[in-house]
Amino acid sequence: MEYVDSLTGFRLDGRRPNDMRQIRGEIGVVAKADGSALFEMGNTKVIAAVYGPREVQNKGQQINNQALVRCEYSMANFSTGDRTRRPKGDRRSTEISLVIRQTMEACILVHLMPRSQIDIFVQVLQADGGTRSACINAATLALADAGIPMRDLVTSCSAGYLSSTPLLDLNYVEDSAGGPDVTVGILAKTDKVTLLQMDSKLPIDIFENVMQLAIEGCKAIAQYIREVLLENTKLLESRKGL
Amino acid sequence: MLQSKSFAKKTKQGRVIKVVREHYLRDDIYCGATFCKVCDTSAARLSASASATILIVDTNVVLNQIDLLENPKIDDVVVLSVVLEEVRHKNLSVYNRVKALCTNPLRKFFVFSNEHHRDTYVKDMIGESPNDRNDRAIRVAARWYQSHLGESTQILLITNDRENKKRATEEGISAETVESYVKSLGKPDLLDLVVLSSSVDVPMEDVEDLRPSKKKIIYSEHKPMSEVTSGLLHGIYHQGKLRVNRYNPFEAYVGSESISEEIVICGRANMNRAFHGDIVAVELLPQDQWRDGKSLIIDDDDDDEEEVHLVPNSADDVPRFENPVQPMSGSSPPVSSHPPGRVVGIIKRNWHSYCGSLDPMPMPAGNAGVAHALFASKDRRIPKIRIQTRQLGNLLDKRIIVAVDSWDCLSRYPSGHYVRTIGQIGDRDTESEVLLIENDINSRPFSSQVLACLPPLPWSLSLEDLANSNREDLRHLRVFSVDPPGCKDIDDALHCKPLGNGNFEVGVHIADVTNFVLPGTPLDEEASQRGTSVYLVERRIDMLPKSLTEDICSLRSDVERLSFSVIWELTPDANIVSTRYTKSAIKSCAALSYVEAQARMDDSRLMDPLTTDLRNLNSLAKIMRLRRIKRGALTLASPEVKFQIDTETHDPLDIGMYQIREANQMIEEFMLAANISVAEKILKHFPLCSLLRRHPSPTKEMLEPLLRTAAAVGLDLDVSSSKALADSLDRAVGDDPYFNKLIRILATRCMTQAIYFSSGDLSPSEFSHYGLAAPIYTHFTSPIRRYADVIVHRLLAAALGISRLPPIFMDGPQLTSIADNLNYRHRNAQMASRASVELHTVIFFRNRPTDTEARILKIKSNGFIVFVPKFGIEGPVYLVAKDKGSSDWAVDEAHQKVTKAGTKITYGILQTVRIHMEVVEPQPNRPKLQLTLIS
Repeated sequence: MEYVDSLTGFRLDGRRPNDMRQIRGEIGVVAKADGSALFEMGNTKVIAAVYGPREVQNKGQQINNQALVRCEYSMANFSTGDRTRRPKGDRRSTEISLVIRQTMEACILVHLMPRSQIDIFVQVLQADGGTRSACINAATLALADAGIPMRDLVTSCSAGYLSSTPLLDLNYVEDSAGGPDVTVGILAKTDKVTLLQMDSKLPIDIFENVMQLAIEGCKAIAQYIREVLLENTKLLESRKGL
Repeated sequence: MLQSKSFAKKTKQGRVIKVVREHYLRDDIYCGATFCKVCDTSAARLSASASATILIVDTNVVLNQIDLLENPKIDDVVVLSVVLEEVRHKNLSVYNRVKALCTNPLRKFFVFSNEHHRDTYVKDMIGESPNDRNDRAIRVAARWYQSHLGESTQILLITNDRENKKRATEEGISAETVESYVKSLGKPDLLDLVVLSSSVDVPMEDVEDLRPSKKKIIYSEHKPMSEVTSGLLHGIYHQGKLRVNRYNPFEAYVGSESISEEIVICGRANMNRAFHGDIVAVELLPQDQWRDGKSLIIDDDDDDEEEVHLVPNSADDVPRFENPVQPMSGSSPPVSSHPPGRVVGIIKRNWHSYCGSLDPMPMPAGNAGVAHALFASKDRRIPKIRIQTRQLGNLLDKRIIVAVDSWDCLSRYPSGHYVRTIGQIGDRDTESEVLLIENDINSRPFSSQVLACLPPLPWSLSLEDLANSNREDLRHLRVFSVDPPGCKDIDDALHCKPLGNGNFEVGVHIADVTNFVLPGTPLDEEASQRGTSVYLVERRIDMLPKSLTEDICSLRSDVERLSFSVIWELTPDANIVSTRYTKSAIKSCAALSYVEAQARMDDSRLMDPLTTDLRNLNSLAKIMRLRRIKRGALTLASPEVKFQIDTETHDPLDIGMYQIREANQMIEEFMLAANISVAEKILKHFPLCSLLRRHPSPTKEMLEPLLRTAAAVGLDLDVSSSKALADSLDRAVGDDPYFNKLIRILATRCMTQAIYFSSGDLSPSEFSHYGLAAPIYTHFTSPIRRYADVIVHRLLAAALGISRLPPIFMDGPQLTSIADNLNYRHRNAQMASRASVELHTVIFFRNRPTDTEARILKIKSNGFIVFVPKFGIEGPVYLVAKDKGSSDWAVDEAHQKVTKAGTKITYGILQTVRIHMEVVEPQPNRPKLQLTLIS
């Protein structure tokens, strides 16, 4: 299958190889949570809710010099085309939960909140490839909304390599092609990588190009997230009458 | 820049699911006109002048008139992405041709992706069929072009769809049919390329009176697709590929999976307009019609003559079962155990263009007008094709290419159109060209992009090459090559050095082609497409450009060359102590021919170091060969014919069998050993992506003809394994020296073909090579003329850590498709060389009627197939004149004998007969070699 049209240079959905899908972020979608956000990358739609910092529920897990970060990833039954019942805590979601937790832990200033707990819940409402990245982006927004101190904004984006072309932000069709799929998470300002995963294999020089493309994507998302946060802050300002 | 619009689509994958995909519309898609002031013109391909006419074609125009579009006189064409997509779904080969047009820098074809353009995207309307929607999209795009480029430019929508044309005109778009557009150009030769759609086909009626039964329905209607599908599902119909008998075009076979036997289809009426290679649905005839096939043959057609077939038919193109129906002139009813059938529907057409000539016909009054002619393909399995032409006078004595367009049930012959002329009939170059085209061999000169990848001449070994730590300097070794006389592309050389401990160091040095052919370059792509060099009798079609094959890579004597070496340490009884692989630089000291090498070895007075090396190698090779044969390697034989060609006229002067000497076997032995060593090495490093070569064991059915022949001459062959077969072939010594060779030739025909494959696709147990009795095998030793070897060189270099593995090897399906292409090219190259031999045989015997001895290979009721050992020719000898009905010859199938009733004249299989050979031309433009018995 041709994922990049050799004559027009367009991908199947009309994007160019280094185009991202349309992204959208919204803050404060779950009133009960301390912080929440909705994040869309094309047809991938993810909701994140953050509780904390709060008292550690299971005292045995309490860490004396830093906060405990917990994360739970799940996919809504209706998130894919055919409605299937998924067991909670299958391998895939456990793995993604862990990935998101580690990525977020790397940027939360956990030492400022000893003996407390931060819960991050992310759920995929609609899946169309790149859920991992979308979850991290949503979690970042939600953490910021909850006012949890962070080093920087973590953003994530994926890139792949199909039809001998590096492609930014794979959608479901491209993702299921079985080619290499690099997911990168970076701290946008400090340019530090907090997450790097890849399926399949790539020669090293091509890998560098693909990763560079993913980093560009991360930076664009960071830019957008910053705008969303800024807008949100302005809104809060005006509500407070400042 | 991004505009998103998602749309819902339902697809069926067993069940209905809703698929939602994003569809981005953009504003940065350019119109492709070089004169456009608004758009970015960097990628523009269309005309530079604003007053030009820009054509927009619809799907059916592309599908049906691709030959017209390929004509360089048609230019400034916009191909919309919606059209391209539809073409791709309907006909992949046409799609590839359009794609080639759109990427050809010489042609002004531009792909406009209207589906992603903000202004030309159309949403589906409720109740609108996909076809109507696409037509609307085309009209919208045409209108956009008109308004975008302004009034001075004429946008012309080319469509043969009346409805579409009418609507376009209503919407203010100028639209024309193909015929009227081409007519307006005023170029008669273009008109021949136009495929007439059946609805406009009025003048066709004129010619119909040539045929008496004009209005009669000749063929039964094909069943609708829905009925065929359900019939297949219920087992009433059987699906399979139609293979027409190459000896008798009125008989075909369909091998179907739903029925274990092959279905035989007799007569054109039962074939019901199916072509060779079509995927068809077949219905079995009722029992009472099982012997009815004969009458159908007779009322059908006129030409039932027989083509000389010199060529050993490879196991995959003859019917898999021995054919009891007479392949020569259907003179007796089929006494077949195969169920006869009838084609009810065609699932997939295998139509392409065919080479051939027009049947001679008188010039119609007024030469300027349209003439109808019958085209006879060179491939006898293809029926005659009716074409219309305006240049009949020009075409009558030419070989031409014709494409098939349609075949309706009122017409005895399919109709087609002229594509192009190859040249004068009978001219050797034309006929060679024909056989290249028939075998899909690209003989065009290399493009400038390809030639740009070559290192400049004169090339010499540079210091950089020597400084490379991966390259060993072996120039001090006494390396030499042994090849056929006159060989210019020398890709292998050897050396042999006695070591202090009594062992020998033997090296096989192969031209380092991959040093010059780098992955991903146009040169590499071209070579991978060509796959192999093709050797015809009078010329060679190279896989790589000449400067590489004959100079830079060729390991000629007394020049320094780069090579890839396999070096063994062998004990005197040819056991491998160690194997070493390295890139190297060598300097060959002698380029010997087989004859020279043999003469040196045989001349006991010669004691020079080179001759000693040769003798050492030869004694090692003999041991290796013996060991290999003990393991069960087959020594097969094929009649390889050698022509002596006149250097001036290129006409064949003499013809004879190729002689195999000890020196040939010596070289072969070391090449086999190198290939096996390399196969082991690359498989160890890359178990999932090595390119290997396997030779599947023949099945019982395939060996059946061999066993039957052997039994008839009282020979007992054990075919349980390759070892058993090899042993019993060795034991098969008859009363004359040629007997064993004949049996071996017959055995060779029963074998499957060896094929390339990617090691990731099969399990290790399937890797084995039956003929060589080797567990794994690959091709490493001829990178100049085979692309497989180039791939293996890259794998070996990567295994040694010299270079990185190109990314293509990571891509399993792509590697498989490369292997498939290599197999295809390899087979075609073989077919082409055989056809070339056949052609030259006919040229040779044209003025030399000859009497000679022949051996009977196969017994038929009205004759037998003979093999002429002296010339390697195979052909039929008739015992019964063709026009006579039943014969008075009785066939004894079990003993493979044919006896004349009432006499004692008997011919048995493998018997020697004397025959007379002569070139005759029973049908115009189809000269053939006729063999007759001298009694």
